[in-house]
Amino acid sequence: MTEKEIFERLLEKFKDAIGEFNEEVIQPFATIKAAEVEKVCTYLRDNEAFEFDWLSNLSAVHYPHSEEEQAEQKEDELEVVYHLYSFKHNHKMILKTRVPVSNPKIPSVAMLWRTADWHEREAYDLLGVEFTDHPDLRRILLPEDWEGFPLRKDYVTPQTYNNMTVPYPEEKGDLHDE
Amino acid sequence: MMSETVQILSDNIELEQSPLHTDEMTLNMGPQHPSTHGVLRVILKTDGEIIKDAKPFIGYLHRCFEKHAENVQWQMVIPFTDRMDYLASMNNNFGYVIGVEKLMCIEVNERVEYLRIITAELNRIASHLIALGTYGLDIGAFTPFLHMFREREHILDLFEEICGARLLYNFMWVGGLSHDAPDGWAQKVLEFCDYFDPKVKDYNDLLSFNKIFIERTADVGVIPPEVGISYGVSGPSLRGSGVDFDLRKNESYSVYDRFEFNTAVGEGLKGTVGDCWDRYWVRILEMEESIKIIRQAVKDLPDGDVKEKIPKIVKVPKGEIYQRTETPRGELGYFIVSEGDKVPYRVKVRSPAFCNLSVLQAIAPGVMIADLVAIIGSLDIVLGEIDR
Repeated sequence: MTEKEIFERLLEKFKDAIGEFNEEVIQPFATIKAAEVEKVCTYLRDNEAFEFDWLSNLSAVHYPHSEEEQAEQKEDELEVVYHLYSFKHNHKMILKTRVPVSNPKIPSVAMLWRTADWHEREAYDLLGVEFTDHPDLRRILLPEDWEGFPLRKDYVTPQTYNNMTVPYPEEKGDLHDE
Repeated sequence: MMSETVQILSDNIELEQSPLHTDEMTLNMGPQHPSTHGVLRVILKTDGEIIKDAKPFIGYLHRCFEKHAENVQWQMVIPFTDRMDYLASMNNNFGYVIGVEKLMCIEVNERVEYLRIITAELNRIASHLIALGTYGLDIGAFTPFLHMFREREHILDLFEEICGARLLYNFMWVGGLSHDAPDGWAQKVLEFCDYFDPKVKDYNDLLSFNKIFIERTADVGVIPPEVGISYGVSGPSLRGSGVDFDLRKNESYSVYDRFEFNTAVGEGLKGTVGDCWDRYWVRILEMEESIKIIRQAVKDLPDGDVKEKIPKIVKVPKGEIYQRTETPRGELGYFIVSEGDKVPYRVKVRSPAFCNLSVLQAIAPGVMIADLVAIIGSLDIVLGEIDR
């Protein structure tokens, strides 16, 4: 099945929970509402027509508001991207969902695909996305007492960690100034 | 007060009378442990010698690859990818550069594609040699390790000749390669193939069909295919469970579709399908398949300029891509987001060893502590890639 067909089936089944479909990019994707992630994913995994048994990747991206959006008082957003693949049908699907930074809650899919367990912990660790109903949501790569979420665009490296001076404070290189 | 004392006393008496009382013991394995292949810590809950629960703790080698990638130009990310899976740097470069090339909609010439495949497959052999050699070492066989390192040395010499580096190559660039192959290099690769072919039989005699080795690995750490798929296990570890899936074939990239080779799949020759021995055996077979690919690629190696399309500062148009390739460890995916800038907006890596290790919690309960070493070795993890 192509991504377009899968999207149409999803739209038929879930209506409001499904956003738009973008096929003008290299890899077409569908957007869904954050609160419905688990329901949509369960359907995609268990329905015989799709059988997405492989979660390739789960990544989070931080999108701070641009200057125009700031005027509209829009909030920074975190985007979570799911790359799904089915061994049986050999088709793919990309799902995207966005949550505001102030309330970054997304239902966990760790019990659907166990791959998501560690990937969600990583997204929580580095970007601070909170996955509700995750079996064991804690930091995975950074020390447990680390503060802040390093992959957010507005992250500032702390000057000290556990009373130790962090030797290299944040220095923006020339790359950004040009 | 009085009644409490009596209560405690009677409790003690009960303990003495009960049959042999054992406690669950929490045992810390690593991060400095010779058979965890780097700085991995596993917290074990054991009942005698049987493991009840195993929790891996990672992150000791975290170097913020993803944060670094957001702060350097597109081409400068490549040396960082080298340092993720330092045993298979060529394969790491490969995934990143073809991802960026697809975003930029550029095509590289044939010579570049062929040289990339030859070096990637050579690196696959080198990486499998380390995996198998150190696996023998974990189990207690020292000699195969020396044999395999000797052969790996020849591959490193070939890499040194083509790009000057022996471990971290920075060889594949966006739009081309850092160096062209020197005169006579292709011939040397063929000589290596002829040299390497009979060695596989040596490994089989020394290790694969060694009775002690089979006893230690067959029927140990069985990963059922559905568990493997759910945990995202990929590469030789998944094929060991009998799943016939190889991205080089099933989702062909570069010019892999032009070569004839088979996908090695575990069949449970010495025990159950998906045990440690099967995962080991798949790697042995894969080395032979890689030699086949290299022979075909060297035979058809076209002429051309390997640098013609490299601009000094790469600018990538706005867009995003998830590019996955088959490394010696499995599915390596780069999720690359570009905002049309000189630097990547986000580079997320789906590292195969990261997912392969996560299956440990599912298969470790019920095995002996000594078998855990065999399981970790058979998954062939590289901590540099897990922690990034």
